[in-house]
Amino acid sequence: MAKPMEIEVNGKRYAINYPPDTPLLYVLRDEIGLTGTKYGCGEGQCGACTVLIGGAPRRACQIPVSAAATKPVITVEGLEKEGNLHPVQQAFLDAGAFQCAFCTTGMVMSSVGLLQTNANPSQSDIVQFLQGNICRCGTHPRVIEAVQQAAKIMQEHGR
Amino acid sequence: MNNLPQKFVAEPERYEFSAAPIHQFELARRDFFKILGAGIAVFVVTKNALAQETAPGSRSFHNEELPKEITSWLHVGEDGMVTGFTGKAEVGQNIRTSVSQTVADELRVPFASVRLVMADTSLTPFDAGTFGSRTTPTMTPQFRRVAEAARNLLIGVAAKEWNVAPEGLVAADARVTDPASKRSLTYAELARGKTLAQNLPAEDPVTPAAEWKIAGKPLPKVDGRAFVTGSHKYASDIRLEGMLYGKALRPPSFGATLASYDDSAAKAMSGVTIVHDGDFVGVAAPSAHEAQKALEAIHAQWKEVPQVSSKEIFSYLKKNAEPSSNERFRRAKGSVDEGLAAAAHRLEATYNVAYIAHAPLEPRAAVAQWADGKLTLWTGTQRPFANRDELASIFHIPEKDVRVIVPDTGSAYGGKHTSDAAIEAARLAKAAGKPVKVVWTREEEFTWAYFRPAGVIEVKSGVSSDGKLTAWEFHNYHSGMSGIETPYDVTNQLTQYHQVPLVLRSGSYRGLAATANHFARETHVDALARVAQIDPLDFRMKNLSDTRLRAVLEAAAKSFGWPQKKTHTGQGFGIACGFEKGSYVATCAEVAVDRASGGVRVVKVAEAFECGAIVNPDGLRNQVVGAIIQGLGGALFEAVEFENGRILNPRFATYRVPRFRDVPEVEAILLDRKDIPSAGAGETPIMAIAPAVGNALFDATGIRLNNLPLVPNGLRAA
Repeated sequence: MAKPMEIEVNGKRYAINYPPDTPLLYVLRDEIGLTGTKYGCGEGQCGACTVLIGGAPRRACQIPVSAAATKPVITVEGLEKEGNLHPVQQAFLDAGAFQCAFCTTGMVMSSVGLLQTNANPSQSDIVQFLQGNICRCGTHPRVIEAVQQAAKIMQEHGR
Repeated sequence: MNNLPQKFVAEPERYEFSAAPIHQFELARRDFFKILGAGIAVFVVTKNALAQETAPGSRSFHNEELPKEITSWLHVGEDGMVTGFTGKAEVGQNIRTSVSQTVADELRVPFASVRLVMADTSLTPFDAGTFGSRTTPTMTPQFRRVAEAARNLLIGVAAKEWNVAPEGLVAADARVTDPASKRSLTYAELARGKTLAQNLPAEDPVTPAAEWKIAGKPLPKVDGRAFVTGSHKYASDIRLEGMLYGKALRPPSFGATLASYDDSAAKAMSGVTIVHDGDFVGVAAPSAHEAQKALEAIHAQWKEVPQVSSKEIFSYLKKNAEPSSNERFRRAKGSVDEGLAAAAHRLEATYNVAYIAHAPLEPRAAVAQWADGKLTLWTGTQRPFANRDELASIFHIPEKDVRVIVPDTGSAYGGKHTSDAAIEAARLAKAAGKPVKVVWTREEEFTWAYFRPAGVIEVKSGVSSDGKLTAWEFHNYHSGMSGIETPYDVTNQLTQYHQVPLVLRSGSYRGLAATANHFARETHVDALARVAQIDPLDFRMKNLSDTRLRAVLEAAAKSFGWPQKKTHTGQGFGIACGFEKGSYVATCAEVAVDRASGGVRVVKVAEAFECGAIVNPDGLRNQVVGAIIQGLGGALFEAVEFENGRILNPRFATYRVPRFRDVPEVEAILLDRKDIPSAGAGETPIMAIAPAVGNALFDATGIRLNNLPLVPNGLRAA
């Protein structure tokens, strides 16, 4: 049964009325219209729906909306600040780290999550961390390059 | 309703798409300028069409109607913006960028002032589909011709304006200049108030690659920012006012028919529309969640039929081959028997290739909207016009009343030729009287889409004592004919493709059967080299006279450092090569095998690729590296498992695709042949990775693996 709730997404509060077990993914995409978060598998295996919940990268297809109601949610749409791309987004753009780009927003969110806890990840750290993000086009080497570049820029700018 | 995805409709398979249907081009010339505004327009039409449409020698427009066989067109607007129109779809292969580069190059305008309208059946010319690596060799030269003609029209306008001969005028930087008088006018100024149109036949490109200024450069993907910010709307992201979410009821197994069903509980749910039409049952509801609940509330009984399983598929394919009377499938020269008799060593082997799935990260998706009996669809497909025609036929409406729009799509790899999700969305939307979105679940995508077909390949060969091939016999059962012919010099050979009725719904996949045929051939050639005790690269060179193929082999070997000495146990090196669709590939691989654990790692890959003149080296590198990594999946572990009409591994948790840990160090060597017309690059780079890895595994362990996938469960010590 639908239940009224409030969730905070990208600093904005939304009153919603959904069954509490509805995956957060559907509320973000279909209710709030934040379609940058993608459905890729619905089983937490591909990472296309990665968002930050309380700062940690989580699969929005596996998180019931009720569980997301207690902590702030950041989606890819919440990364840009005053028209400036987040350094991770900029690094993906600069590295051309996408082909069809359907995985890109999830890759970006996972990478932002990684760099929050590990400011200077080794290649192996990146590989381990992004193991749960699938890219079917095979752009992995450029994604690794982009994350390394983003780490460098963020350290230089103290972000 | 017919043509449901449940049925095993033979997907128009592998390079055998029939000719374009008779196309009714509805947009009249006056409408064209009404929509786009005044300016200069140029249309490319096929040569035959031009002969029919206009008098000989005349290239001007006589009819209000545009010719029916237009393949591409271009418009230069009063604001100087250049718009190209093509029926091709962008599915991640980056043709939006490479075609725009070509237009900018030939028209002499900045890259940023070119935009492309793609794959919209109401706005773009007919196109059979985006497949077969055809965009670069066919569409790109056409745009070069259109751009050249537009440039000449603009020069003509300026010449008239200044009352000078056009020959002395120069077009550059989006303006026409008269060097004599130093006068100049921008394209925008020249296009102002004009409704000039010209059509011209499709011909070869005019500017040689050596003189390209914008084409040939590593320009970044058009609209890249929209992809890193998530603002790009894929078909699955589209939301319309009042839109419902649809789902189809799937049978428990392939070929199952609906015996009875009870939808009373689903009907009682508020806002739910249920459709039962033919063997289609579907629901539409205000949210995806409610649609799912409604679907689960339908209780259906199905009549199932026993079916072949993946365990027995290879013997089944061999047994069920159709008697091959079709000479189209058979090529022979010399005498294989004589060649075998003359051989110092003979080798026979059978190679099996499993079904695999495309698993595009964006599953099939469509949004359908009906208005006044007309249907509009946003869907991710490689064949918008075929989708349109199919929908028109299913709903008994004229083709002009169906508009299919393809937003840049979340990949396809040959897997998005059909209209399945679009049909479902359209049927549900018709019943609900509201727009409906259907997005397939990952499990549906793994089950009800179509697969790269399995195959059995038998090879019989002979080699002389000095390492020359004397006989080559090659039979492919079921998987297909792409890349079936050997590039090696063999006097005595027989190559044959044997058709087998479909077991699973099958269709195109990046590279088609070339991957299976190259795996068998290049594995077999490696085995022959071992028998003849010749280095596998030397053996290939000894039997190859194709200079382009030799060049990629040399380039890959040089970059990789072939031949390499092993420095530790479990290390192995392999090489493979081939050509297809006008492009050439050679791949070297290094593997590491831990015989105790069975762990197999591809450590390094060096691949040389040559496809004529390179249009965008950055986009090409992305394609080549991507093909290698994607190809590793089918090489090492991807296989669709099925039993009695059920897919046993329809999820990413059970169907393993390449992930970060599987990715080796990859070196892509791109050979730029500016003297050769550009070929496509979407497919060929995937063909040689599987045999290169298989051959490296043999080098590491002495175990010859003749089946794809090579090591789904690792490679333990026997």
